[in-house]
Amino acid sequence: MPAGTKVCVDKKLSPAFNARYEKRDRHLQNMIDSEVLVEAEGVSRFFGKTAAVADVSFMIRRGEVLGFLGPNGAGKTTTMQMLSGNLAPSSGRILIAGHGMQSDPRHAKAVLGYLPEHPPLYRELTVDEYLNYCAALHRIPRAKRRAARERAKGRCGLGDVGGRLTANLSKGYQQRVGLAQAIIHEPPVVILDEPTVGLDPIQIREIRLLIRELGQDRAVILSTHILPEVQASCDRVQIIHKGHLILNETINDLMHRVQSQALIVAFRRDPDVALVQSLAGVQSVTVVEDKRLRLFHEPESDPTDALVRLSMEQDWGLCEINPEHSSLENIFVELTGEQPEPL
Amino acid sequence: MIRTIAWRELRSLFLSPLAFVILGISQIILARLFLGHVNLFLMIQTRLVSIPNPPGLTTLVAAPLLGNAGVLLLLITPLITMRLIADERHNKTLTLLYSAPISMTEIVLGKYLGILSFFFILVALSLAMPLSLLMGGQLDWGMFGCGVLGLLLFTSTLAAVGLLVSTLTKYPAVAAMGTFGVLFLLWVIDYAGHGRGPGGLIVAYLSIVNHFEPFLRGFFNTSNVVYYVVLSITCLVLSIRRLDADRVGT
Repeated sequence: MPAGTKVCVDKKLSPAFNARYEKRDRHLQNMIDSEVLVEAEGVSRFFGKTAAVADVSFMIRRGEVLGFLGPNGAGKTTTMQMLSGNLAPSSGRILIAGHGMQSDPRHAKAVLGYLPEHPPLYRELTVDEYLNYCAALHRIPRAKRRAARERAKGRCGLGDVGGRLTANLSKGYQQRVGLAQAIIHEPPVVILDEPTVGLDPIQIREIRLLIRELGQDRAVILSTHILPEVQASCDRVQIIHKGHLILNETINDLMHRVQSQALIVAFRRDPDVALVQSLAGVQSVTVVEDKRLRLFHEPESDPTDALVRLSMEQDWGLCEINPEHSSLENIFVELTGEQPEPL
Repeated sequence: MIRTIAWRELRSLFLSPLAFVILGISQIILARLFLGHVNLFLMIQTRLVSIPNPPGLTTLVAAPLLGNAGVLLLLITPLITMRLIADERHNKTLTLLYSAPISMTEIVLGKYLGILSFFFILVALSLAMPLSLLMGGQLDWGMFGCGVLGLLLFTSTLAAVGLLVSTLTKYPAVAAMGTFGVLFLLWVIDYAGHGRGPGGLIVAYLSIVNHFEPFLRGFFNTSNVVYYVVLSITCLVLSIRRLDADRVGT
C-alpha cells in the first residue's frame, strides 16, 4: 500500500474509494507474488539477562507450512510474538513480505494473521460482532465485511454459532473463533501459536486439514510441542531449544531421523538371546524385562521377517512386535546431547 | 479506524450493566442535589428581590449543579476508565490490536474517544435538569454555556488521566485505585497551602478543580483551557508511549 493511500473504512463508499481499495488490493497482490514472505535475520530477544530467543534466522516461502517445534519454554511463543509484531526483538530484523516489522509495522501487519496462545476474544461480543470488529480492524471495507466474515466462519466450522457470545463457547469453539479472526482478511502470512490446544481429536483433524489448505497459497507458521502435529500438517520443521534453532529441515528428513531403528519384541516363553543376536542386520539386543527384548538393527535391514521365522522354529510364542519410534525427546537428545526438560 | 475502536469501546460499556448503573446512580444523586438547590432558591427568592442586581437561577441552581456534577464525575471516573487498557491486557485481547495494522496512536485515541462519548452522554443527561428550569424561569446562556464548556473540558481531562493509569497495569482494580488517587490528589493538592507563597502558587495552579471554578462563575480564561488541554494531551502522549513500551520493554 503506497503511503499516500490512507484507507479509512468508515467513509461512505464512493466510486473513488472503491477504486482506491482495488488499487490497494492489486498492490497487496504484487507483494504476495514475491516469493519469500517471512524473513528473520539474527533475531534475539532478551528478558532481563535471559535470552528467550538467541540469534535465530530463517525464512518462509509462499506455499509452505513451517512447524516450530520445541518443548515448553523453548522460545516458541516469544518468536511468534516477534513475528506478529507484538514484541520487538532486542536485535535482528524481521521482514514480512518485504516490509520491516520495526520500520514499517503497518504494512507488515496488514499481510499477516495471528492466532496467539490465548485467542483474543471480547467476552461480551457475539461471534459475528467480534468477527465484524476484527474485519474492521484489518481495514476491510464495510460492504465486504459480511462476505469476509461468512467465509472465515465457513472455513473454521462456525456456521451455526454466529449469534452466540464468545464467552459461552467451549474452548474448542473459542479456538476456532481465534483462527477465524486470523484469516478473516485473507492474509498471505498466517501465524498460529499452538492452534490445536484444547481441541478434541476430530476438531484437531479439521484444523490440520484447514492448515494444509491454507498452506497451499500462503506461508503458514505454526508452533507446537507435539511431534505428530508437525508430521500431519507441515512441510518443513524447525526445532528450537533454549532459544536456539537446532534443526531446520524438511519433514521428510525429520521423518528419516525418527525412523525406527529398534524393535520391541515379547515372547510367551523365554527366548535364546544369543540366537536372536545372530540374525542378519541385528546390531545388539538388550533385555527390557522378562521375555521382552529390544533389538537394535541397521536402518536398511529390518529383521522382522527373520525373527518371526526364528520364533516359529524355536516355539518361543511371539506375541508382540513393535517398531520403536524415536520420540521428540530422542531427537532432542540426539541434537543437543543433553537430556531435555520433561515435555 | 479510531472510530471503529471508539465504537466498540462504547458498545462494550453498554453491554455490561456497569454503564447503566453509573448513569442511573449519578442521575439520582444529581437529582437530589438539584432539588436541594431549587429548594434553597425558592426559600430565599423573596429576599432576593430586595437586593440590587440579585443573583439569578443560573448562579444559584445551574452553576452549583454543574459543580456537583464535576465532583461526582471525578469520583466515578476510575470506575469507567479502569477497564480501558488494563482489562484488555488482562484478557489478552490487546494482542488483537497489536497485531492489526493500526498504530498505537490510533488505539489510544480510539479508546479515548470511546470513553469520552460515554462521559458526554452522562453530562448531556445531567444537563436535562438545569434545562428544565426553562419551564418556569430563564437562564443566563453565556454563564451556563461557559459552565458546560468547563465541565466538558474537566471531564475530558479526567478521562485522559484515567486512560493513562489504565495503560500502566493489567489489573482493572489497580487502575481504578490509581486513577482515584491521582485525581483526588490533584483535587486536594492546594488544601494545605491555599496558594500562599511562590511554591503555594504553583501547587494551587496544579489543582484540577481550581481551573474549573472560574468557568462556573462565567469567567472564560484561556489559561484555564490551556491547563486542561495540556494535561489531557500529556496523558494521551504518555499512554501512547506506554503502549509502545509494551513491545520493547520486558
